Amino acid sequence: MKTVFDRPHALSDVPLHYCPGCTHGIIHRLVAEVIDELGIEGQTIGVASVGCSVFSYNYFECDMVQAAHGRAPAVATGIKRTHPDSFVFTYQGDGDLAAIGTAETVHAATRGENITIIFVNNAIYGMTGGQMAPTTLLGQVTTTSPYGRDKAIQGNPIRVCEMLSTLDGVALASRVSVDTPKNIIAAKKQIKKAFENQRDKKGFSIVEVLSTCPTNWGMSPEKSLEWLRENMMPQYPLGTYKDIDAKEAE
Amino acid sequence: MSNKVLMKGTEAIAQAAIECGCKYYFGYPITPQTELSEYMAKKLPKVGGLCLQAESEVAAINMTLGAAAAGTRVITSSSSPGISLKSEGISYMAGCDLPCVIVNVQRGGPGLGGIQPSQQDYYQATRGVGHGDLRLLVLAPSSVQEMAQLTVEAFDMADIYRMPAMILADGALGQMMEPVDFDSIPRRDIPEKPWAACGHNNERKKNIVNSLYIDPQVLENVVDERYKRYDVIEETEARCEEYLCEDADIVLVSFGITARICKTAIKAAREEGIKVGLIRPITLWPFPKKNIAAIAENAKVFLSVEMSKGQMIDDVRLAVNGKAPVHFYGRTGGMIPTPEAVLENIKKLAEEINA
Amino acid sequence: MTTSILFSGFGGQGILFSGKAMAKSAMYEGKQVSWLPSYGPEMRGGAANCSVIISDEEIGAPIISNPDVLVAMNLPSYDKFEPTVKADGLMIVDSSLVNKKSERDDIKVCYIPATALASENGIDGMANVIVLGQILKLTGMFDYDTFLSYLLKGIPESKAALIEKNKKALKLGYDF
Repeated sequence: MKTVFDRPHALSDVPLHYCPGCTHGIIHRLVAEVIDELGIEGQTIGVASVGCSVFSYNYFECDMVQAAHGRAPAVATGIKRTHPDSFVFTYQGDGDLAAIGTAETVHAATRGENITIIFVNNAIYGMTGGQMAPTTLLGQVTTTSPYGRDKAIQGNPIRVCEMLSTLDGVALASRVSVDTPKNIIAAKKQIKKAFENQRDKKGFSIVEVLSTCPTNWGMSPEKSLEWLRENMMPQYPLGTYKDIDAKEAE
Repeated sequence: MSNKVLMKGTEAIAQAAIECGCKYYFGYPITPQTELSEYMAKKLPKVGGLCLQAESEVAAINMTLGAAAAGTRVITSSSSPGISLKSEGISYMAGCDLPCVIVNVQRGGPGLGGIQPSQQDYYQATRGVGHGDLRLLVLAPSSVQEMAQLTVEAFDMADIYRMPAMILADGALGQMMEPVDFDSIPRRDIPEKPWAACGHNNERKKNIVNSLYIDPQVLENVVDERYKRYDVIEETEARCEEYLCEDADIVLVSFGITARICKTAIKAAREEGIKVGLIRPITLWPFPKKNIAAIAENAKVFLSVEMSKGQMIDDVRLAVNGKAPVHFYGRTGGMIPTPEAVLENIKKLAEEINA
Repeated sequence: MTTSILFSGFGGQGILFSGKAMAKSAMYEGKQVSWLPSYGPEMRGGAANCSVIISDEEIGAPIISNPDVLVAMNLPSYDKFEPTVKADGLMIVDSSLVNKKSERDDIKVCYIPATALASENGIDGMANVIVLGQILKLTGMFDYDTFLSYLLKGIPESKAALIEKNKKALKLGYDF
């Protein structure tokens, strides 16, 4: 009988700890599929961050390093610079990448570190129980913005891909979503490109994946996906903000 | 003519690192240790290595962590305020059992403090730096030759015990030049690094470099195991120089540049017939407590001499364990004690003993 | 036997270089040496000094409270360090830049217009090496030719003009 669906080899055969309805599982699978398809598991080193994906070192079959909060791009830099022919990726959430790790992110990007960053943006701190993230929308209620995020008090949300796309070292800055099968296919294409860029020594590649948090948003998984489409996508439009290949093609 | 090279302390550390196979340096400029980065920036590309200036000390220590996790010999350096920033990463490296060498060319503090030499980071270095139950190997050179020698030894010990090692120097040692002979530096056998996360090449199971253990029992077990290694280190690696201690009534305890000032004072005091000696800890952790305890059996009084308000004195008191009074003399803020002032203190103690 | 030498002056006068040349030469002759500079913002055009200790035995404190030999190449350094010279010590003053005479009768003082000498002989900026020549003459610490070879050691042969300048300066100082 022909196998039509299987677990990618690069994805460990263990139960994930993520909440029901969370899209981390889909994103993990996409990364693992890409590692399989490129045949690079033995040369890949992943860097786990702090947040919901803190245990991702248990979920990928490649070598893994656990980084301090926000420092994954610096750790990845250390690995990649000493092992330039390896594939190094970080898997970070919005608090890790866009708040405490902003400096590490921006400088790895502007140096053109030849690494891949998978950036999962769900507009909230999930692991610590629903606090405001740098990407929390204006008006969005969290445990630390109980009256809704107020521009005058908590300031504005940050658009990471748009910001990084201005930097010379960036090869790819793309925002995708995994809310529909069509978007999942498109997301995988960008993730694959982000790893191929490493192989081709093109520089820093980031794929921002919009994600849901049914638990801390206080919604059903299905409603969460709707909320993502209605509220997050207008603030964080999908698209490729920078692709040096596209530029070359022009 | 000898094979010696006249070098700055910071440069001697850098060259020693290169001599023992370290090809990677990550750092961020800060006075008075920037010459170390500059030396690396010049030399490392020529040996197929890399010197990378990070965006901050925080990033630099985490790049160091990444390189170490991937099994590479790596060094980073800074001065006091920068070490505070690195302390997070140092704690993670201890928690991940990663070897590396961290250099602290101390300057006056707290806060931005000053840029002149100090030994005010003794507590910080010997109490582990950063959060958690942890230790660092802390080596305290006293000459430019030792800056080189202890750097090589720090790399070897870090690899053997799988933990970060710190060179605790100061601005004077960093800036001064003395002859260095690299050929005479001893080397140890270094273990392989089968634990490194450098790609499994489909030849082994995956490696995970990690400091997170959610189950408290598991975390306790991991820390207990690490402390067994620490026990071995305390038992076997503590080192000090004993100088004119055999007949000494008064024993000075001092490390680094300050110990040399003490030696000058001791020579002068001996000429006046005062029986005074010096214990110079070379390892600050592990602290040479056995040597101090043994000498405390016969010594009448101890004097801890430091460039701080008195930090090492706590360890001296613990080692002396009430067998003799322990006094203190020190300067702080970047002021360096003079041999004359140390001599005055020795004379005062001599009078008290005779009274 | 231990000799301590304090070189002092403005940043840019080659104070640190002089100390280095002296320390290196002593090292080549198998002596123990230490060279300790002042460092930090004061280096940028302000006061500069370095302490050189040359000894047959292990060097203790690399810091000099009372030098055997003081080189004072500007007025602030002269004012600061003249009183610290060890009794029976030697002080060499660049008299082109220091218009004072020491009243101490327990030290030997040499006034040499090193900066003016350099200028008159077309080797501006070499006053520090002129002073080194005078130190050799007054202390006999090194054989002249040997010291000259040490001094020229670090200079690549391509820089023939610089080699000539150093030779000329050392001789001027020695013959003064």
